[in-house]
Amino acid sequence: MENQDVNITIIDRDGLKHSIEAPTDMAMNLMEVVRSYELAPEGTVGVCGGMAMCASCQCYINTEHNLPEMQDDEEAMLSEAFYTKDNSRLGCQIQISKDLEGLEVELAPES
Amino acid sequence: MITTDIIIIGAGPTGLFAVFEAGLLKLKCHLIDALPQPGGQCSEIYPKKPIYDIPAYPEILAGDLTDKLMEQCKQFEPGFTLGERAETIDKQKDGFFIVTTNKGTQHKAPVVAIASGLGSFEPRKPLLENITQFEDKGVEYIIKEPGLYRDKDVVIAGGGDSALDWSIFLADVAKSVTLVHRRNEFRGHLDSVEKVQELKNLGKINLITPAEITAIIGKNTVEALKITKKDETPFTIETDHFIPLFGLSPKLGPIANWGLEIEKNAIKVNNALDYQTNIPGIFAIGDGNIYPGKLKLILCGFHEATLMCQAAYQIINPGKRYVLKYTTVSGVDGFDGTRKEAPKAVVKTIE
Repeated sequence: MENQDVNITIIDRDGLKHSIEAPTDMAMNLMEVVRSYELAPEGTVGVCGGMAMCASCQCYINTEHNLPEMQDDEEAMLSEAFYTKDNSRLGCQIQISKDLEGLEVELAPES
Repeated sequence: MITTDIIIIGAGPTGLFAVFEAGLLKLKCHLIDALPQPGGQCSEIYPKKPIYDIPAYPEILAGDLTDKLMEQCKQFEPGFTLGERAETIDKQKDGFFIVTTNKGTQHKAPVVAIASGLGSFEPRKPLLENITQFEDKGVEYIIKEPGLYRDKDVVIAGGGDSALDWSIFLADVAKSVTLVHRRNEFRGHLDSVEKVQELKNLGKINLITPAEITAIIGKNTVEALKITKKDETPFTIETDHFIPLFGLSPKLGPIANWGLEIEKNAIKVNNALDYQTNIPGIFAIGDGNIYPGKLKLILCGFHEATLMCQAAYQIINPGKRYVLKYTTVSGVDGFDGTRKEAPKAVVKTIE
């Protein structure tokens, strides 16, 4: 069977780099990948479950990947979040797809 | 002192359903929640969003689920201590627990069920280094007494519904209302956005966007705020109050200090039996507990609440006989004197 995974690098809140494989065929988003690999303590990421309503999955995109365009609710949530930068995104709004091969993201601090 | 059979900490779906299950066993419940209304996350974070995995409801809005759970447990007359956070728990010599809130309200019961979900919702504080020293000295994250702002200068920060709604409300109360938001766009009900626009045009709300509060200035109380607009020199405005409304985030809070075994920000329970914690008489049900194979689903919380009530019955009525009853057969006798029951079968002769 063809390998459905993409390789992603996630830098956790302690600055540790994790090279992980994320499945493209399980309808997972970046926040869920972080949770499945337990890269942040349970209850500190994906608090709202993935509705773009809490910003606990905020991350910084370190590579120039073509990501799904930001929708209104994500933009609104980020505008109220703390520690935001120009490359901030909500992990829950980024579906894992083949396009993410080689992506590097860094988890924003907990707030 | 409020006395009851089961103190339930957290008035989300799991806590509310526990009231019903306890009621069937003639046990009374009292709920404590840091939020001002019941429903937990369902009411606070996503009341207008649908849920698709509540058994028998192909689709139900989270807010409607709360309403239905309230209706279902109503006849068991639950008590509520809302807007207060459970702070301490003390085991008495007689085996009872006393739970005290941050406002000093005391509750006494032989059984405590922690149904606290992800924790109590605490306001998200802007990252200003001296903000804590101004708390309740001009900085308020939650508006409790609108009268406090009468004839005062008020600055509100935020871009969601609460920022909009309070700006509208205080426009009639305060001497001046300034609303500061990082963007020109606001995320809120359309009519609130339009109302703020109208009040801005009338000069009743001073709107500063896109901008951020970057410093609080004052000796003992808030006197002025430094406001920074993108790519512009910061300026200060004088104000009596600063109300940052950036939503709430759940924190485990004082529960972490209760001597309970905690793992992954959740309370360890015995799932083979009754969801009791390492402290006999204290249970943890719903999203706030953890055991092998745990799933944070509302429907799992309902199951856990049901088993917890059976165990609570044994603690409260040691050795007393009981068999599981079906509501269809025995009906539901409310503490308020109401009775629900299945209609009697019609027996009639055919001539």
